[in-house]
Amino acid sequence: MHVFADPTNLDAYLSGFLWILKLTGSSAVLALVLGVLLAAFRVSPVPVLRGFGAAWVNIFRNTPLTLIIFFCYFGLFTTLGLTLSDDLDQNNYWLGVVGLSVYTAAFVCEAVRSGINTVPPGQAEAARAIGLTFFQTLRIVVLPQAGRAVVAPLGSVLIALCKNATIVGTIGLIEASSVMKQLINDNGDAVIPIFLVFAGTFAALLIPTGYFFGWLANRLAVKR
Amino acid sequence: MTTGDPLIVLDGVNKWFGPLHVLDDVSLSVGRGEVVVVIGPSGSGKSTLCRTINRLEPIDNGTITFDGQALPAEGKPLAKLRSEVGMVFQSFNLFAHKTILENVTLGPVKVRKEKPAAARERGLALLDRVGIANQADKYPAQLSGGQQQRAAIARALAMQPKAMLFDEPTSALDPEMVGEVLDVMTSLARDGMTMVVVTHEMGFARHAANRVIFMADGKLVEDAPPAEFFANPRSERAKDFLSKILTH
Repeated sequence: MHVFADPTNLDAYLSGFLWILKLTGSSAVLALVLGVLLAAFRVSPVPVLRGFGAAWVNIFRNTPLTLIIFFCYFGLFTTLGLTLSDDLDQNNYWLGVVGLSVYTAAFVCEAVRSGINTVPPGQAEAARAIGLTFFQTLRIVVLPQAGRAVVAPLGSVLIALCKNATIVGTIGLIEASSVMKQLINDNGDAVIPIFLVFAGTFAALLIPTGYFFGWLANRLAVKR
Repeated sequence: MTTGDPLIVLDGVNKWFGPLHVLDDVSLSVGRGEVVVVIGPSGSGKSTLCRTINRLEPIDNGTITFDGQALPAEGKPLAKLRSEVGMVFQSFNLFAHKTILENVTLGPVKVRKEKPAAARERGLALLDRVGIANQADKYPAQLSGGQQQRAAIARALAMQPKAMLFDEPTSALDPEMVGEVLDVMTSLARDGMTMVVVTHEMGFARHAANRVIFMADGKLVEDAPPAEFFANPRSERAKDFLSKILTH
């Protein structure tokens, strides 16, 4: 463990995981909002909205995340000149958040949509029959009941998002996996310990996350 | 029982489910305050007919007018129309994540923008009227089928509808609970509510209906007062249907 006894290395390790947490947090919020909206589009009675939602899911779910992140950097930033911050790290960070969010939103959308499908159609019919509009029906009656079925898969999406955040390293943000690569390059005698520390940190963050979502899903269960 | 000017008018309504002609040129007028019972063999289109009146089922051609207005195709105007037509389903469809009282007050508060306190007071009065005031804070799954269906009737009544549609309201109930639901419906009919009731309860048809509509194969075959229909069905289909259900 001599590698992490060096304060410089320890700082690099901590700041790498701090970037991962920040990427995960911001992208999770954006992807959740976007994904629920896309799911609403996909079950809406308006064909144009349904088409938009389906197109989004098909495009982003079927494109490798690395390509999307590269596009955010070389397409949006380098070619189209979209600058999200004057600070280089902040700019890469936000470009990464954009890429992770549009990608993850596709998976959130599908998780929410399959949750919506677990709510008996009679619930939405009864809501429409008392005069609720489409969005009221979704917000007040369908989505709250879709909760149980949505929460567990959303937990998986969040876990995948956290691990996917390492891909932002490819556009120059020194997040955890970039730090690990650097430490391994510098400390050829401690490859396996370094690897285990990084893998273990991810596991330590994500295993409780999985259990938390499982617990939440049970709490939100609706009796029928 | 007095009946007034037409409230629900269907004219030349057709609907197909793929190749199945489920409503075949159906025309029907229901007067204000009238109670119309729709009977017929399963698959005859009677439930679909009931569901077209608040456009839970869109129709392929023909016209439906409610209170002098053609049914809106979609959006806010359709939601408004639905708020004026109460509907009771075979499977109750109470909102599973809301208490009985919340089920009843949801429409008034969210659709009519009534004050929660006022909606609550009226909701409790309605639950009292259908005899389940003591169940107000329970969830639907904690109630018996008969209680759930009475709650569903209260939920529909909370919107102060101009008419009520009943789509086989007692078909999913255990036999001993049918009576309590029919009692509520009978008292509604007596109070002058306009009702379209799809049912297999011939007793209810006999004593509460102004008219009985008999449907078969998507067509409206007979339309007569209950005494006349049950004593002298004109069509072979109706005679056949009645002989099958009344001999038991």
